[in-house]
Amino acid sequence: MKKQTKTLLSSLAMNAIIIIIGFAMLYPVLWLFSASFKVPNTIFTDASLIPKAFTLNNYVKGWRGIGIYGFGTFFANSFAISLLSVVANVIFCSITAYAFARLEFVGKRFWFGIMLVTMMLPSHVTTIPRYVLFNRFGWINTFLPFIVPKALATDAFFIFLLVQFIRGLPRELDESAVIDGCNKWTIYLKILMPLTVPALITTVLFTFLWTWDDFFNQLLYLTRPELFTVPMGLRLFLDSSGVSSWGSLFAMSTLSLIPCFILFFSLQKYFVRGIATTGIKG
Amino acid sequence: MTRPQRTVLNNLSSYAFLLPWLIGFFTLTVYPMIYSLYLSFTHYAIIAPPRFIGWSNYKVMFTSDDRFMNSLFVTLRFVFVSVPLKLIFALIVAMIMNRKLALIGFYRAIYYIPTLLGGSVAISVLWRRLFAFDGIVNIILRNIGWANPPSWISNPKYALSTLIILAVWQFGSPMIIFLAGLQNIPREYYEASSIDGANKVRQFFAITLPGLSPIILFNFIMQMTSSFQAFTQAFIISGGNGGPLDSTMFYSLYLYLKGWGFSEMGYASAMAWVLLLIIGSLTAIAFKISGGLVSYGGGE
Repeated sequence: MKKQTKTLLSSLAMNAIIIIIGFAMLYPVLWLFSASFKVPNTIFTDASLIPKAFTLNNYVKGWRGIGIYGFGTFFANSFAISLLSVVANVIFCSITAYAFARLEFVGKRFWFGIMLVTMMLPSHVTTIPRYVLFNRFGWINTFLPFIVPKALATDAFFIFLLVQFIRGLPRELDESAVIDGCNKWTIYLKILMPLTVPALITTVLFTFLWTWDDFFNQLLYLTRPELFTVPMGLRLFLDSSGVSSWGSLFAMSTLSLIPCFILFFSLQKYFVRGIATTGIKG
Repeated sequence: MTRPQRTVLNNLSSYAFLLPWLIGFFTLTVYPMIYSLYLSFTHYAIIAPPRFIGWSNYKVMFTSDDRFMNSLFVTLRFVFVSVPLKLIFALIVAMIMNRKLALIGFYRAIYYIPTLLGGSVAISVLWRRLFAFDGIVNIILRNIGWANPPSWISNPKYALSTLIILAVWQFGSPMIIFLAGLQNIPREYYEASSIDGANKVRQFFAITLPGLSPIILFNFIMQMTSSFQAFTQAFIISGGNGGPLDSTMFYSLYLYLKGWGFSEMGYASAMAWVLLLIIGSLTAIAFKISGGLVSYGGGE
């Protein structure tokens, strides 16, 4: 066989293997998606990905939820918490990162080292005292326990990500800005912040996804159903409904994954940058 | 203005940027750590002030609380089975993909999807159904000839393995990090060694593994740390009780049940500190063991 044909064949084989494994991996997600359109009594007898009888009824029924509050409320709450977290992280992690990457001050190396250590700290040792503290403030059943820690830049991953990014920007930019009469705040706002947009997008993406998927904190701090988020809504649905409503549960599960999909596919290149940092968490 | 005055002002204006982080560090990290260390030596049910009881919580944990010991072993089994499997899988896939492929971006995205979605309640709900007695996994198993497959989720022998499969399935992050690492190993090393007659297996052990060793260590520590804290999957799949028969009682889940279910915040704080010590010492051991094995290369 000629060498060219041989490489072509081996490359085809490689692609085929990758696609087959990839399909097997995605099968559960694809099945979930297709099950959400299946008639409830056929869901568990049908392993195929194409519904034999197609229905939107699961979505209509699921959206109504159970009890007084439906998934309209849960989605609104999830979006509110996630978006506020994103805004807080973008502002406060980035000014902290600017200080570590560019400003001179006494104790900088020390604080930077401390910041790196907090990145590795398991969250459990702070969970209980934070709960006690927020409980004393009367913050249970508000969104403050989610937003305030972010406004105090406790997500060290993003500080680290932004520091690395800002260090890669040429220093001459700041120096010429000083000559033009800029102070620290204007250098940050007018010159560096616009240039860190790619890293800020990575911050937006992962903050949104982690907040959207977070379950533990929401379980601790939200107990009133009108404040429930999507994960809490799904859990409520799972616990209190019988076998008959798996179709609706799958429909709402599918819907809860849609924002993640949209973000991922529209901003894919920003993900790869974030993963080196987020290997830390994922 | 004199020079010292300018330095002080310069420091103050720099610290203004650091202020939110500093406040957060002291109020939401340092103070909670000290307070939880204190709580770990008390009996505390939130409604009444903490009552000092010395080492009692720690003693109970390791001498008379069988559920605690069980949850520790369940978690250790989960971590030390799922993390190596995940890393091996990630490395194999990264090596398959590490060649000139026109669709590499697309493939990478597809293989990352389980990681993107896997931590959500939605996927845990799905998993609970997939591995149920009448679930899709068993339908497929029956079709390929296993007449009587078990009920994976409700059998204490198998429940933990469904959680391990779910964890291994999310190998996307280490895979992408491995892929970047593989691309940094100079091609000439492989070319030179194949002229010297080394085969693929030899090349893997002589070039690829040493070249990736710092990344393997990094991935191992990161995955280990996060696996010890796994919560959502076990909570949703077991219905919140770590069942059947505590076979999926993860450490975090037991901590949650102790703290918020039984209102034993002192005990739960002690558990949190034990977890911190376990993760800390395992990380130190990993660094120590790898000391001789990890090569940081001489390249640029």
